[in-house]
Amino acid sequence: MPSFICLATGEVGVFMLLVIEQILNGLQLGVTLFLMSAGLTLVFGIMRVINLAHGSFYMIGAYVAATITAYSGSFLLGLVAALSAAALVGMLVEVLVLRRLYKKEHVEQVLATFGLIMFFNELTRIIWGRQPMFMDVPSWLSSSVEIIPGIPYPSYRIAVIGVGLLVALFLYLMFTHTRIGMQIRAGASNREMAGALGINIRLLYTLVFGLGTLLAGLAGVMAGPILAVEAGMGESILILTFVVIVIGGIGSVRGAFIGALLVGMVDTLGRAFLPALFRMFLSTAHADGVAASVASMLIYILMALILVWRPKGLLPAHA
Amino acid sequence: MKKLCVCFVVFGILVPNAVLATEPVKIGMVTTLSTKAGYLGEEVRDGFKLAIAQEEGKLGGVPVELLVEDDGRDPGKAKQIADRFMKRDGVKIMTGIIFSNVALAVVPKVVRSEVLYISPNAGPSDLAGKGCNENYFNVAYQNDNLDEVVGKYVSDAGFKNVYLLAPNYPAGKDHLAGFKRYYTGKISGEVYTKLGQADYAAEIATLRAAKPDAVFFFLPGGMGINFLKQYSQAGLNKTIPVFGPAFSFDERLLGAVGAAALGVKNGSQWTQDLDNPANKQFVAAFRAAYGRTPTLYASQGYEAARLIGSALKSVGGDVNKLDQLRAAVRKADFESVRGQFAFTTNQHPIQNLYIREVVEDGKGGYTNQTLKTVFTDHGNAYVDACKMK
Repeated sequence: MPSFICLATGEVGVFMLLVIEQILNGLQLGVTLFLMSAGLTLVFGIMRVINLAHGSFYMIGAYVAATITAYSGSFLLGLVAALSAAALVGMLVEVLVLRRLYKKEHVEQVLATFGLIMFFNELTRIIWGRQPMFMDVPSWLSSSVEIIPGIPYPSYRIAVIGVGLLVALFLYLMFTHTRIGMQIRAGASNREMAGALGINIRLLYTLVFGLGTLLAGLAGVMAGPILAVEAGMGESILILTFVVIVIGGIGSVRGAFIGALLVGMVDTLGRAFLPALFRMFLSTAHADGVAASVASMLIYILMALILVWRPKGLLPAHA
Repeated sequence: MKKLCVCFVVFGILVPNAVLATEPVKIGMVTTLSTKAGYLGEEVRDGFKLAIAQEEGKLGGVPVELLVEDDGRDPGKAKQIADRFMKRDGVKIMTGIIFSNVALAVVPKVVRSEVLYISPNAGPSDLAGKGCNENYFNVAYQNDNLDEVVGKYVSDAGFKNVYLLAPNYPAGKDHLAGFKRYYTGKISGEVYTKLGQADYAAEIATLRAAKPDAVFFFLPGGMGINFLKQYSQAGLNKTIPVFGPAFSFDERLLGAVGAAALGVKNGSQWTQDLDNPANKQFVAAFRAAYGRTPTLYASQGYEAARLIGSALKSVGGDVNKLDQLRAAVRKADFESVRGQFAFTTNQHPIQNLYIREVVEDGKGGYTNQTLKTVFTDHGNAYVDACKMK
């Protein structure tokens, strides 16, 4: 790793390339987090439900995609099946479980959705067994691309970034330019009034929840070829997702987008460059340990600082 | 009343073996069957059960009853289970713990209570060194062993600039220390990642920039799968070879890693292809019983059972003769699937350690093949730290 002190002029170029590559990595993590947090923040902001089980739909997406891809050999078929499964199971959960929780306290929502996490984790173990599943990058995305000369970057990761940005654009257009988007916003700001104006709130909630879980499923599908597809995989990303929506402002999709990119960047760049930074002040062995600890705290420090500055997050939905 | 008591005492002294023979010896297994790591306990348990099934409910000719409980990888829960085994069931022999942090919470109390503990997996340095105890045996390895063998191999193979990667927790540092003990070259970078980290893109980019000639990593479970997949997607597996202990390359994980692990060399004390009669018999029987190739963990469970069997045989099933039972375990008088096997004075294995390579198994899956014997009759680094006589 090029330490900051001993950068010769020739090394500066190499170092800059590394920085660009790490920014791409940060962007990719950020975009994945956005897909997760968009759904979670919608449900939170519109339906006022804390849904801890959001990570389970990420897991369902990954498992269904891995299974269907393995059977059919087609990644796209796996993708379609996974998105339908995540959306359908999501809507089913809304109708069977969440609908009973809208008027309840947050504690009860947390307990019920935490129960759902355990239910889905055990269910996947029963259906797919204990060992992790295998899922590969589709062959048409398995190469590397040199976007900038000197940095071969996996095309799959570029595709992930592309899909994430497209989804962000799609959500933006949907909320600002379509009837359903308007109804969702109306339902969010005043449920009773929207209902009185003839919007079927029940149906709307089911659809919004299904959309949220579909996005989580999409994040799961895209993570499948990069990560281990295993029971409980949703929980590790869920914590980051909560950090994102708190930073972005609960209920705001735009805030989730900014929060996700911020968390993705800070986390990635921290992990990448803190060790070199600490080596300027400390002995190598010591620096590595300290840097590792600080890097894992960094996003929480970021969250704390942002909350001190703007207690409701960067772009609160009901400011 | 007094007469009756005396009567019982006399009876108890005269025919203990006859009484015990009718009641099976209880063996308590505290292991991890749930959580993501649940398959590890499953392997140990299945290996252990196979040994019992092969003797039709006995070990060393003595009828046994195996009590299995899931600790959920939680040290507190494991302690409760161990207590229950000792108090309610009167268990005198325990085994099963997978994780070192769980073992460190449970084992000291168990061995102080005059119960034998035979570890089929976890082998933390503490229990080998100053925390050693005459009632504690490890039949698998001392944790550092599988890293030491890789360190030696990598040095011998001429790699001089190695990059190290492990999660930021005590076991991560222990494993890297084990590697460094026998590695003689330069260390190009030493990175500690978050425990349970999913995405290694940042680390991989930094690693590529550091231009090492090899990478050594200890990332157990899902972390290892993630790292290996992403490492091969970055195209680095063709230019910078990776090495690691066997923990990321057991047959059940390999299915999830796929071709990304192909050709990776890893260190282990056992492989399914080891050429000795006991091993051939074990691998064939395990496949027949469970329909899958055993992992190293399954072999360790099997060995634990066979070791216990050899000791039970020599005391005729009387587990109350603790001194004799312990002495019999120490002899390790059983046919090991690893060929030669004996205990060091701190009661850890003296065994060969191998480098193996991930290969295709010819049925669309992946398995390991022994490549080289790196250490013969290797003990561990903590023998002198153990003050046991």
